Amino acid sequence: MCGQPLKGHEEDLKQRLGYMTQKFSLYENLTVRENLNFVASIYGLRRGAAKARIGELLHLYGLQGREKQLAGSMSGGQKQRLALACATLHQPELLFLDEPTSAVDPENRREFWERLFDLCDQGTTILVSTHYMDEAERCHQLAILENGIKRADGTPQQLMQDMPANVLEISGTELRQLKQNLIAQTEVVSAAQVGNRLRVLVSKQIPQPEQLIAKWLTNQSVEVVRPSLEDVFVACTGGRHVG
Amino acid sequence: MLARVWAVFIKELKQLSRDRMTFGMIVMIPLVQLMLFGYAINTDARHIPVGLVDFAGNQQSRAIIGALEATQAVNFTKVFYSAEQAQQALTQGSVKAVLILPADMPRRIVDKNNLSIDSQPIGQWLVDGSDTVITGTIKGLRNFPLAETQGQAYTPIAPTFAVTTFFNPEQRSVVNIVPGLLGIILTMTMILFTSAAIVREREHGNMEFLITTPIRPFELMLGKIIPYVVVGLIQVTIILTMGYLVFDVPVRGGLDALFGAALLFIFASLTLGLVISTIAKTQLQAMQLTVFILLPSILLSGFMFPYEAMPEPAQWIAEGLPATHFMRMVRGVVLRDAELFSLQADALWLLAFTGIGLVVASVRFRKKLG
Repeated sequence: MCGQPLKGHEEDLKQRLGYMTQKFSLYENLTVRENLNFVASIYGLRRGAAKARIGELLHLYGLQGREKQLAGSMSGGQKQRLALACATLHQPELLFLDEPTSAVDPENRREFWERLFDLCDQGTTILVSTHYMDEAERCHQLAILENGIKRADGTPQQLMQDMPANVLEISGTELRQLKQNLIAQTEVVSAAQVGNRLRVLVSKQIPQPEQLIAKWLTNQSVEVVRPSLEDVFVACTGGRHVG
Repeated sequence: MLARVWAVFIKELKQLSRDRMTFGMIVMIPLVQLMLFGYAINTDARHIPVGLVDFAGNQQSRAIIGALEATQAVNFTKVFYSAEQAQQALTQGSVKAVLILPADMPRRIVDKNNLSIDSQPIGQWLVDGSDTVITGTIKGLRNFPLAETQGQAYTPIAPTFAVTTFFNPEQRSVVNIVPGLLGIILTMTMILFTSAAIVREREHGNMEFLITTPIRPFELMLGKIIPYVVVGLIQVTIILTMGYLVFDVPVRGGLDALFGAALLFIFASLTLGLVISTIAKTQLQAMQLTVFILLPSILLSGFMFPYEAMPEPAQWIAEGLPATHFMRMVRGVVLRDAELFSLQADALWLLAFTGIGLVVASVRFRKKLG
């Protein structure tokens, strides 16, 4: 890891890693500045350097004026920014984020990703774990894991291209019954209702998926659509899913 | 390394100062318990409510009753007219003992005064034996001198043994209780505070972040322990000062020896708290485990009952508890002016306990993270 063997170098490596937990894991009954000070001294920053760096981070993450606020009394978005500030305080080369935006609104999430791309630009490698596919789509590289086994990896575009199934969208009525009929077919990888449409994944081994579907249709229309990352995820993991 | 320990120490102090409840308990627990137990716990029973069945009903019996009440050991609160009635009252619990003076008491007194061979007791006590302290007090009245009650000059008979009481000549229980309370209160607060402090860190998810930072388990533990060492010393000071001011408990030994002993015990208790924190998953569990240690510490350490009176297996268990050793040391230093040096066996044991505890806690802690 980071060009060093893991064994025997755990403590050195920890200086070069950053980690932001899913749940807010700083001290809720300490103020913003006290939290930052604590993390700075844990990483062994000198007093002067720590002060400069903390000022910089407060500015960067929009936390000025809140230095004396208790971390526990802040909003989800603010806590998340504080957590990122603490995780990047020692300027790590590799940053792990565990489901970083599971508790924030879309606007804060966009803002947060802006900051992540800034870090990327400065040369930090960021590893994000998430189960939100729209979030995964923002990443440069993706790996789909199931029970700790890698099922697929590549860029989002690549993954969508190489996925082992075609995506068909059926719109019309009586979709529940149709879905039951379709998932009985072994060639159908998955069928999931999205509003008034049915999204069906059909294995690529079937050259004309529309034909396979057609015999079950009554008055519904069908079209082949562009796959989404969710489709990729479903097609790559756990065999047949009939959510 | 020192910088990281210091960082944890400062952080812990700040958190402690924001936690008003805990902060208040640090001061209030010793104060309230000292006042409560200092006044309440008394091993010599006084003013025991007793009944009277007086078949003699003469001047002699009235003189005997007056003399008995003058000792303050018993209060005659009820008069019965038969032994059966008296026994019923005992069963009901309205009196703890009954004195029966037989009709032929005057003759018995004469026999006794003449030291005649077939002299009999002049009266009989019926005692509710369920409370051993009360029974003991009544038993103490068996050889109650009669001479005074007869208006004769008291002619004491030389006792078989003379008894000279060192260190606590007035036989006040509080002199024994206050140093003992030190041990109990420290056991409670030290173990509970440390175990809860670490388990809380895990419960709140702080640990998840900390394990990815360069801080080592040992540094984290040390930083978390040190504030509570200070807390413990504050409590020791409060208890001894109040004990001296309110209950007039002397501190005969040197303060250095006293605080030395207290420090050893605080460290032992804190490491015990650390070990508990590696076992307990929630703060509630930490609390339950603390009570599990606290009860034997109160009952077996010699705080309540003499260590020497316990059967051997109980003594072995007591030896394992830090409180037992501290109890011996602190009573030695406070009451008998013993040097720490003369108590080195106990001191060494506390040191060993701390060392072993630290190793166990570190190993278990690392496993838990790994």
